[in-house]
Amino acid sequence: MSEELVSVQIDGEWHQFPKGTRMIEACRQAGREVPHYCYHPKLSSPGNCRMCLVEMGMPPRPKPGEELPLDEAGHPPIQWMPRPVIACANTVAPNMGIRTDSPLTNACRQGVMELLLINHPLDCPICDQAGECSLQEFSVEHGRGESRFREQKVKKPKNVDIGPRVRLDDERCIMCSRCIRFTDEIADDPVLGFTDRGSHTVLTVHPGQQLANNYSLNTVDICPVGALTSNDFRFQMRVWFLKETNTIDTNCATGANIVVYSRENVIYRITPRQNNEVNSDWMPDSHRLNFHWINSELRLTAPLVRENGVFRECSWAESLQVAADRLRSYAGGDIAIIVSARLTNEELLMAKRLAALLGTDLIAAVPRTGEADNYLVSADRNPNMNGVKLILGLDDPVAKLGEIRSGLAGGTVRALIVLQENVIDDAGFTAEELGRADFVLSTYPLANPTADASDVVLPGACWAEKSGTMINVTGRLQRLKRAIDGPGLTLEPWELLRDLIQALGGGNGIYSADELFKQLTHDYPEFAGLTLSQVGDLGVPLIETGQTIPLIERERERKARGIIVG
Amino acid sequence: MADINYLPGKEPHAREHRMIFRNVDRAGWDTSIATYLKEGGYEQLKAALKMEPKAVTEEVKKAGVRGRGGAGFPAGLKWTFIPPNNTKPVYLICNADESEPGTFKDRYIIHQDPHQLIEGMAIACFAVGAKLAYIYIREEFPEGAKILEKAIAEAREKGFLGKNIQGTGFDLEIYVHRGAGAYICGEETGLIESLEGKRPYPRIKPPYFPAAMGLYLCPTIVNNVETLCHVKHIIQMGGDEYAKLGTPNNTGTRILCVSGDVQKPGYFEVQVGKVTMGELIHDMCGGLKPGRKLKAVIPGGSSAKVLRGGEVFKIKRGDAMVDVSLEDIPMDFDTLAACGSMAGSGGVIVIDDSRSISWVLNNLNAFYAHESCGQCTPCREGSLWMKKITDRLVAGQGAPGDIDTLDSVARQIDGRTICAFGEACSWPTEAFVAKFRDELVADTNPGTADAIVNRETLLAAANLAQ
Repeated sequence: MSEELVSVQIDGEWHQFPKGTRMIEACRQAGREVPHYCYHPKLSSPGNCRMCLVEMGMPPRPKPGEELPLDEAGHPPIQWMPRPVIACANTVAPNMGIRTDSPLTNACRQGVMELLLINHPLDCPICDQAGECSLQEFSVEHGRGESRFREQKVKKPKNVDIGPRVRLDDERCIMCSRCIRFTDEIADDPVLGFTDRGSHTVLTVHPGQQLANNYSLNTVDICPVGALTSNDFRFQMRVWFLKETNTIDTNCATGANIVVYSRENVIYRITPRQNNEVNSDWMPDSHRLNFHWINSELRLTAPLVRENGVFRECSWAESLQVAADRLRSYAGGDIAIIVSARLTNEELLMAKRLAALLGTDLIAAVPRTGEADNYLVSADRNPNMNGVKLILGLDDPVAKLGEIRSGLAGGTVRALIVLQENVIDDAGFTAEELGRADFVLSTYPLANPTADASDVVLPGACWAEKSGTMINVTGRLQRLKRAIDGPGLTLEPWELLRDLIQALGGGNGIYSADELFKQLTHDYPEFAGLTLSQVGDLGVPLIETGQTIPLIERERERKARGIIVG
Repeated sequence: MADINYLPGKEPHAREHRMIFRNVDRAGWDTSIATYLKEGGYEQLKAALKMEPKAVTEEVKKAGVRGRGGAGFPAGLKWTFIPPNNTKPVYLICNADESEPGTFKDRYIIHQDPHQLIEGMAIACFAVGAKLAYIYIREEFPEGAKILEKAIAEAREKGFLGKNIQGTGFDLEIYVHRGAGAYICGEETGLIESLEGKRPYPRIKPPYFPAAMGLYLCPTIVNNVETLCHVKHIIQMGGDEYAKLGTPNNTGTRILCVSGDVQKPGYFEVQVGKVTMGELIHDMCGGLKPGRKLKAVIPGGSSAKVLRGGEVFKIKRGDAMVDVSLEDIPMDFDTLAACGSMAGSGGVIVIDDSRSISWVLNNLNAFYAHESCGQCTPCREGSLWMKKITDRLVAGQGAPGDIDTLDSVARQIDGRTICAFGEACSWPTEAFVAKFRDELVADTNPGTADAIVNRETLLAAANLAQ
């Protein structure tokens, strides 16, 4: 897009926009939102819903030798066209006029609304989309309020199983084709399409195929109506009861920006949140649905101390006193710490302080790797390995895991602290190995084999229950925000570390995660001068990693070619 | 040139000027290239190949031939819309999807004189720089497709197609592509999508003007069968000479297809504007059926706005505006447009006083509801709604208010869709309501309004009747 600016009159006021700006984006920037269904800035624009029709005008073509009279501000007159144009696919032109609130524009909107509703079921109370349905919203703003339709509605398939995670109601579909374009243009899995024609057009999945790719649930997000719903979320909760928390996904190093929808400390749904530097508007199904365990009966809800081989629930004060007493009995060189790369930078800072207080430098992190999918899933399945490297000052945080194992085998590691990891299941340790240590303290959200092999077990909050910052695969600093409270006596890991440090006699006067962030800005030049409000909902670039996110790279290319707005 | 004899009973009317249809229904004529060559076939291609491509386009522009598919856009001008700095391949597509109800001219060209079309296409391809051309033929013409395939093979064999045509270095291949039975494939961007193997959803314009971003997003010229045949005659006659046929801005000949309530329906090739509606119906078509009165005429294919018998139209004659009757309208592009309709595809549908207007409108609505591609909202939903309203009207269950609703639905479609189908499906309703409102209202049943919305009916509809 060139930097050349063009003057455009929108509802009587002149604005300037870069040449090539779509009319709909120009209107939005001018504060005149244009209703639309099919248009999506990340997809091609077929212009099929016709909801964004606006009245448009251009200066009249002067006769040879004639000069157009200009107004006081130097703008030519506008000759309004009798035929409306779609704002989504057309770009602004010099001295164009747009009317988003004229009789013609309003008549178009009212007409399209009426036509969209005549064959649409009017059963919003039993539709799962109610409350976040564009049809409902624009119907209130632009609809007639009463129906003139006396005919039988068109009958279409309902409750269609089109894939393992997405369900289709064809009667609710308004044929905007967003889902078709998403599966074709973004997910490279063009299994959706239309069959039949006219008013009998039905969205369907290709015979013998399923909408089963790992990005299928994004179609539910972009469906403006209740045609596509998530098998996981449908009919679980009315959306207006849900609290929204802007946070980030922790299933891999990409750190997709997400919204967590919760009610009364239960998460019901996760959706991607737009961040054009990280995940665009999308996220993988595998990450989106990985939250039901948070509500599991296996959650640890209170500190546990082993006595005579049996765990006993106790208070934080007591459990931390036991831990501190035991830890104080070892020399620093006898102690090893295993941290999780799921810890926030703030928690890692506390872990570092704990290590310093105990006098050990035997500290390692558990790796998690898988295959990158060439879209949004990173090969590094830890959300904050970059944070581990930076905060702990380790080039290879994984390397010392082996040293800890041999230390356990050789008896040089006598006390082991495991922070928010299950090293037996996730790092290849055995219960027997852990048993060689004299004292094991572990924290984790869930009951697990490592906890079974520990002497003190502390319930640490999971990602949705804590706040802090993480550094993603591209080196971007992003904020994790607490969406729900942990169950029972669960504490955020930075809190329990603070309390453990205090129990060890190392009080530091830190009372909030925000204060820890301030500490980071003191201690690390990379963080210097940053504030949490600067990091904001979208994060900031912090370090250079040389890594990119494939989907984002492709999106930039499509934007540069003018296929999408971006 | 020998005198032409036509098959008995198929002789052209004296008012006709046979050029494109010169060989249609001709005695002793067949579709072989040998027959075509005997009558000077492919000589115009040879002549054109000796010209500069731009000069060929210039002749077509001078001829002023307007597209015979429906929109009536000047063909030569369309050819010049290919971007001058274009580096992509250029395609030419012959639109042989002839599917506008009331239109049946292209099929006779294809069935009886395929080489005329191929010669016209070859000249057009040479002019626009296309090395690859397609004939998109509707599914319902299986014989036509076979005839074209054979003709293309013959032309190839004789060196009028293929590599290095007639030793000039010009290469051209023509392929026949059969449609699958959808009216919308006649819309040029829908046709292009179909040719690309997709659903024939018309493209938005801008940006997808075919001359710049057509087939495979390359410059593409889409012309009607009849239009492309004219190209051959333009080269033969010269553009200026051709332009003397017909009337100014409405040059050449065109084939009118008359159907409906006349004694002798059929096709008539006339000089554009040289025959009036009255002459066409009462003379060329042998008049109305005995004892019948002219009720209405749809002058340019089923989507053209209907003209009412007895209506008075204001048209320009010389410098003056004069009042004329339906029968006095000259059959040309500009006059029919001035009368509020269009010359369209040349399909003239005659309706006499034995017909119920509600039935006629319902018939048209049913067609358009069935053929709407369903891509954009107004046409998809509105076309079926209009059909359902007229269904009730025909069944005697129309409510008095339905006529206003019908008209308002049509106006919610007109001008608000991706392609011209929106107008095609809404114009019949708009025009019939405007001109025959009384008759439509007379077909409604004043008691119906309550019957539709009363409680008993609703319960019965839900199988809950007590």
